[in-house]
Amino acid sequence: MELSEHIKTANVEDVTLIRPFHPPRKGTLCVTSHHLLFSDREEDGSRQLLVLLRNIDAIEKSVENLFGYPSYTSKAGPRALGSSGTVTIKCKDLLVLQLEIPGMEECLNIASSIETLSSLESVTEMYPFFYRPSHLSLQGPWGLSTAEQYYKQTERLWDRWRISNVNSDYSVCPSYPRAVIVPGEVDDDMLVRSARFRHGGRFPVLSYCHHRNQMVIMRSSQPLTGANRKRCKEDELLLQAVIDRSELGYIMDLRSAQQAQQARMTGGGFESKSCYNHWKRLHRHHERGKVLQESLIKLVEACADSSHSVDRWLSKLENSKWLSHVHSALSTAGLIAECVERDGHSVLVHGSEGTDSTLLVTSLAQLILDPVSRTVYGFLCLLEREWIQAGHPFQQRCAHSAHSHTRLKHECPSFLLLLDCVWQIWRQFPLALEFSEALLLRLTREVYASDYGSFLCNSEQERCALGVKENTYCLFQSLLNPEIEEQYLNPLYECTDLAIWPSVHPQSLQLWTGLFLRWTEHSQNMEEARDEIWNIKKEHRERIGPDHNNHTSSIHCETFTPFENLMDELTIL
Amino acid sequence: EHIRTPKVEQVKLLDRFSNKSTTGTLHLTATHLIFAESNGASAQEIWILHHHIASVEKLSLTASGCPLLIQCRNFRVVHFVIPRERDCHDIYSSLFRLLRPVSYDELYAFSYNPKQNDQQREEGWQLIDLGPEFERMGVPCDQWQLTDVNRDYKVCETYPRDLYVPITASKPIIVGSSKFRSKGRFPVLTYFYQEKKAAVCRCSQPLSGFSARCLEDEHMLQAISKANHNNRCIYVMDTRPKLNALANRAAGKGYENEDNYSNIRFQFVGIENIHVMRGSLQKLLEVVGTRSLSMTDYMVGLENSGWLRHIKAIMDAAIFLAKAVTVEGASVLVHCSDGWDRTAQVCALGSLLMDPYYRTIKGFMVLIEKDWISFGHKFADRCDQLNGDSKEVSPIFTQFLECVWHLTEQFPQAFEFSEWFLIQIHEHVHSCQFGNFLRNSQRQREDLQLRERTYSLWAHLLSEKQNYLNPIYSSSFEESHPVLVPSTQAYHFKFWRNMYHQYDRSMHPRQSILKHILTLKESNRELEGTVRALKAKLQKFGVSTSPLKPQTPPRERSLPPRPQSLILGAPVLSRKEVQREEDEEVFAEEAREDVPISTGGERTVEGSSATENGYMELPGSFGSKSEPAVVTLEFGVARMTC
Repeated sequence: MELSEHIKTANVEDVTLIRPFHPPRKGTLCVTSHHLLFSDREEDGSRQLLVLLRNIDAIEKSVENLFGYPSYTSKAGPRALGSSGTVTIKCKDLLVLQLEIPGMEECLNIASSIETLSSLESVTEMYPFFYRPSHLSLQGPWGLSTAEQYYKQTERLWDRWRISNVNSDYSVCPSYPRAVIVPGEVDDDMLVRSARFRHGGRFPVLSYCHHRNQMVIMRSSQPLTGANRKRCKEDELLLQAVIDRSELGYIMDLRSAQQAQQARMTGGGFESKSCYNHWKRLHRHHERGKVLQESLIKLVEACADSSHSVDRWLSKLENSKWLSHVHSALSTAGLIAECVERDGHSVLVHGSEGTDSTLLVTSLAQLILDPVSRTVYGFLCLLEREWIQAGHPFQQRCAHSAHSHTRLKHECPSFLLLLDCVWQIWRQFPLALEFSEALLLRLTREVYASDYGSFLCNSEQERCALGVKENTYCLFQSLLNPEIEEQYLNPLYECTDLAIWPSVHPQSLQLWTGLFLRWTEHSQNMEEARDEIWNIKKEHRERIGPDHNNHTSSIHCETFTPFENLMDELTIL
Repeated sequence: EHIRTPKVEQVKLLDRFSNKSTTGTLHLTATHLIFAESNGASAQEIWILHHHIASVEKLSLTASGCPLLIQCRNFRVVHFVIPRERDCHDIYSSLFRLLRPVSYDELYAFSYNPKQNDQQREEGWQLIDLGPEFERMGVPCDQWQLTDVNRDYKVCETYPRDLYVPITASKPIIVGSSKFRSKGRFPVLTYFYQEKKAAVCRCSQPLSGFSARCLEDEHMLQAISKANHNNRCIYVMDTRPKLNALANRAAGKGYENEDNYSNIRFQFVGIENIHVMRGSLQKLLEVVGTRSLSMTDYMVGLENSGWLRHIKAIMDAAIFLAKAVTVEGASVLVHCSDGWDRTAQVCALGSLLMDPYYRTIKGFMVLIEKDWISFGHKFADRCDQLNGDSKEVSPIFTQFLECVWHLTEQFPQAFEFSEWFLIQIHEHVHSCQFGNFLRNSQRQREDLQLRERTYSLWAHLLSEKQNYLNPIYSSSFEESHPVLVPSTQAYHFKFWRNMYHQYDRSMHPRQSILKHILTLKESNRELEGTVRALKAKLQKFGVSTSPLKPQTPPRERSLPPRPQSLILGAPVLSRKEVQREEDEEVFAEEAREDVPISTGGERTVEGSSATENGYMELPGSFGSKSEPAVVTLEFGVARMTC
């Protein structure tokens, strides 16, 4: 069935659009297969609003039949003679729009088309497969970094680590990429056996190697020890190979000790001391899945209501627990970083599946430890390696956001939580990150609805099967286009080689107002202040001259595809 | 003479929020308690002024010694462990005496001498003068005049000598009105909004009881109403909750009856009294002082303390005031019970919203001088300068500063000063180092001859002005926003970490935008100077003939040293220092061995995870050792006295 068949009414005139910070406007509404287009024709120039249908989380309609009210009809002109309806559109980027549509039938038609088209299940019908800006070609490189490239660039890995292609046909672990980095002395056979012993085949692989002491952060899923304490020789040897000659490694289990015990009943489990005697296990409880999603829903609800008293607001904020999740993610990441940098030991991180909290804390730990991952390029590489290729199921996790009424299935804002934590780090170290809040905000939007293919599907295997790389554009490549990147740079960036330890006292963490109150509070004063800071910095740079300026333009990728990002800007509106 | 032990060695200083501790020597002087770390080159010192100490507590004996917990009014909390019990007791009892001065002459202000001569001191006192300030507002004018009725403090002891009243308010009316007002504090002008000729007046509650009236007082309000041609109506703001005002009636006090006064609109605002505020701050400090505080306990505690609710109430009142004056052009009369706490908060904050001048460094000093010092906010009682009644202590002025901070957060470009300035003022309100805030009223201050015997804080702060500038202050913002209209949405009210955790290292961001921008701006200015100097040189030699030699230009002026403050961020270390610091880190690691807290080889990680319930114990890699960050202003000041 063609997408266009879902569109019963493509065009409606005289629609009134109400959105935050803007006066209501009248114009034409147009529904296409992937977009909602509103264009007004007021005297002071025409403006357009383009919303990706994929971005729409929930839609509410209320229809008024005005037949019974003659006084209304006489005032409101001939079109309203029948009836009218209001459609409230709640977007995944937390924006709420209201459309007043004249004509009951039109209103219902529009609502039902939006409903169908915004929740398409099939990936190849999604907009990235149709997005064809004229100045871009699909021949360009897709993606920034893979495990192979990371290995090639990282000289310190060469003597003890190797690239393994054991998963080249995705048969060993369906959610891993083709190539992974493993200890040099472990052969592919052992990996296969270890994979059988791990949930979803996610055997321990290297995530990060610290530049100061060659200690590593590994990640995996839980071992399948089960109720009768099964063992796997190869898995034990693999971990032994990780720590090599040093006496100790840490296993960071992202469940409470009790939860880990309970997991054994369902076939999962943990590494027991007796079998992995050189590893010290630590338990840190992290919420996942449904709990996180509900936390987000409560937070967004609390932010939407501006009538709260201070006490009520604080209690609602507390009740959402969102900041507690931020707190525990940063604490665990800090602890991992401390193990690696201060204690000089390697760490293996896993929860149960190893696709959510695991990725969250390993990426944060890298941000704390690794100066490269604090550059724009490095950060995007990190996201690509640690989230997209590492098999975070984006399609499942980001199917819906905080407004949706549909029953929760696999939704979970792990990635949003990551971005929030990065924002917290940026707040505490405003000079240490090369990118600004704007990049984080852009990513919060792209991950839920995008013109690009980067966040499609749940794993590399699916992406490969559907030809995502051949048929869509890569978000990260486009973000690195110099003109685009410019908007996302942190003017105050100064590279530091040191680890940046965030403070995790509750007093040091804050609500990310730039995201959660973006549509509630007009931040004009803040923006002006930010511009002023920019100006002072620019002035300084000009005065000092170009030689001292090198740290801002770092080791970027050489291959840029020049294009103007007009469509992009439209979606932002 | 009260010092029993001037020096104790091998004292341990424990960090409030982590397991870290440093060892050093404790010195006790007549004015300060000094802790000097005994760690060679990078040793830091902590100077604590006796006046800053709010309480000293001896905790029960532990294996390593006798713990002494000292809480300061500037929210510093230090926890010493003194090896010998006797030393601890000596320090404790000496401090116990020292921090309760019996007479004003014992206060630091009378011994503090910044090496200035009499003339400089006098000039310092003349920097802030209220006469010109009222002129700036446009009074005296055709409707308002200066009255000499209180020249000798006869009518009201707690008011200043110079008062401004409506032209039509004759002496008998003033005197009559003052008799009908609590403590004789009759309605007087505190701010004049020239654009609309609307006045902000302040007073204390009327002694109305259940039915008493006073014709003079009614005339007085009438006179205020007549002085405003634009809007005859006066808003009377009673800043108390209605219940409190009602209760006051039983004691023969109360509030204005709308029927007896013509043209008034009466309004309760609902700011709680000093006792509630004191309790609220106490609760807040208890919560944020907890070790290993969880996010949930923090938020619940923040809510239960009610502190932010009180801050919002004050802000709401000030916004109401500013709106009545600037939008409706109406005059407003503000009072609470005695008219020196809540009234001062609301009048001062309201004026700050209306008048951009008060948002400059000098203007803010004028504002404090006017609404707080001259109108008799009882600084001595509220800040417990002499050993007074603990029921009179209350963080009223702190709340005002916090409200201003909230405004600076919402309007980052509107204020000439930064948060650091507010914190410094707070520091000195309690330090008793300068004469400005001593005692309770102008009259008492004159009795002490403070102008002759002490120095003015304002001169001191102005001499360091460079440090308090807000680098992104914009005067064009002032033009586009003469009146600030802050949002009072609940989420704008945040915990002021930099105030209440000023001395807690681990709380602060390791990098400060404020400091960075300040440095950039200074460097910009310097470079500009260089360019100008080189240009001048070029001109002098004639462009063609001069082979340009790199020459260091004369420095236009040397910058004042920036105080080491956690708020301004930790100092950036050069590479060499970082290296050194790392060496020290190793050293510290070894030193920790003999602390019997952890067992076995996994000390760092295990130690923190077992005892602290998470990632807590991470001093910044930006210099936990070599950073003298805890040395604050006291240090600089004390050095000057030596």
